[in-house]
Amino acid sequence: MATTATTHKTKWWSGGKSPFNIEYGKVMMWYFLMSDAFTFGAFLISYGTIRFSQNFWPDPNHVFNAFPFAGHANLPLAFVSVMTFILIISSVTMVLAVHAGHKGDKAGVRKWLLWTILGGLMFLGCQAWEWWHMITAEHATLVDGQIQLLGQTTKVNPWGAAADPALIGDALKNTDADILAKLAYQVDHSVPVSQLVTQSKESLIATISQHDLKVGTPGPVAFGGFFYGITGFHGFHVFSGVIINIVMLIMTQKNVFERRGHYLMIEKAGLYWHFVDLVWVFVFLAFYLI
Amino acid sequence: MSSHYDPTKAISSSAAYPEVVEHPHHEDDATFKKKVRKTTILLSVITVIELAIGLILYAMGHGANHLVVLMFKGAVCILTLAKAYYIVSIFMHLGDEIRNFIMTIIVPLLLFIWFIAAFLIDGNSYKNLRNDFDPYFKQTTTPVIHEVKKEPTTPEPGKQ
Repeated sequence: MATTATTHKTKWWSGGKSPFNIEYGKVMMWYFLMSDAFTFGAFLISYGTIRFSQNFWPDPNHVFNAFPFAGHANLPLAFVSVMTFILIISSVTMVLAVHAGHKGDKAGVRKWLLWTILGGLMFLGCQAWEWWHMITAEHATLVDGQIQLLGQTTKVNPWGAAADPALIGDALKNTDADILAKLAYQVDHSVPVSQLVTQSKESLIATISQHDLKVGTPGPVAFGGFFYGITGFHGFHVFSGVIINIVMLIMTQKNVFERRGHYLMIEKAGLYWHFVDLVWVFVFLAFYLI
Repeated sequence: MSSHYDPTKAISSSAAYPEVVEHPHHEDDATFKKKVRKTTILLSVITVIELAIGLILYAMGHGANHLVVLMFKGAVCILTLAKAYYIVSIFMHLGDEIRNFIMTIIVPLLLFIWFIAAFLIDGNSYKNLRNDFDPYFKQTTTPVIHEVKKEPTTPEPGKQ
């Protein structure tokens, strides 16, 4: 290496050529991505700071255990692994689109860009379902001596430690009848909610008491804000990446790159798209794995 | 590394960017496909291992040894860094750029070492201080499993 360097010493800084041997746009895309990495890093680190300042933090396996069309089945990490693989595969198709661009293969660029866009849209769809599920879910939670049905919002979440079973009997008596009807349906699907609401509170409590109703307590307030804030910011990046890729597809289709003589723009879009995948690797780590 | 660049060979500047020496690093199709396939498999395998560790942690439950849990979580962090390396180096082709450029990206990122350490230590110290000097915080936020608690465990606004 040392001998090669002395015999073929390239004077990168002597003018007339790019000292980094790449075009301006690509250099700037890299520096933008580096600054974006610090933005995401700051978000994730602030999440870490708050998490380290708490005596209790929810277990991700307990929080993220739902899967579309699987009802109440307990499938920890299953859905998020699907999302992760979708993003990895869409990153691979983007690599192939960039490679097709190097060869000036318009049909190839079009094909692989389409797959990448599809992957991005699938990821966004998955995230939309996940958010919807987290916000609208009804988890029995012990709040102020009564049972409430809580989803995860930025203000409240049901991910605290399990409630003391000794308190649940009294809490059920303080709980509204319509919530009791839903709880009775949660433990036993044989009678529909529309019939349960006509029953007396006593009989509903009797039904619930026969089963093992899992009641939680409210978890750390910051959990929802960080989760929606950071996955939302990442989702926004995926969304803008999809838009950029669609623009690239249209430009390819209209022969813009063909006339320009090169497909280097696809390379810059590709850098952005890989960065989105890169950030997800860390979001996945911080929220779902540890 | 600039090993791919040989200035004794013909320097054909691209029509679009005359300041850029044409990259000769684009391998032939077969090598490229092999490299992409290898990286894809690597990323998938690492992800599967990460998921397996996540499920092991789940199976161990709440009563698990803290040191073991910490070691598993550390392993996941290292695997994540490996994934990041492969994405940046292979998919984003940073490994094919010249060394000077790689350094302008990597060196600023070293700031993260201080950033992560300082802020996690800060959070941890805040927790310890509050546990020492704010008994109410300690009593209401430490999870007690199946024990009668007089206070409802609603977290204090602004204290989370």
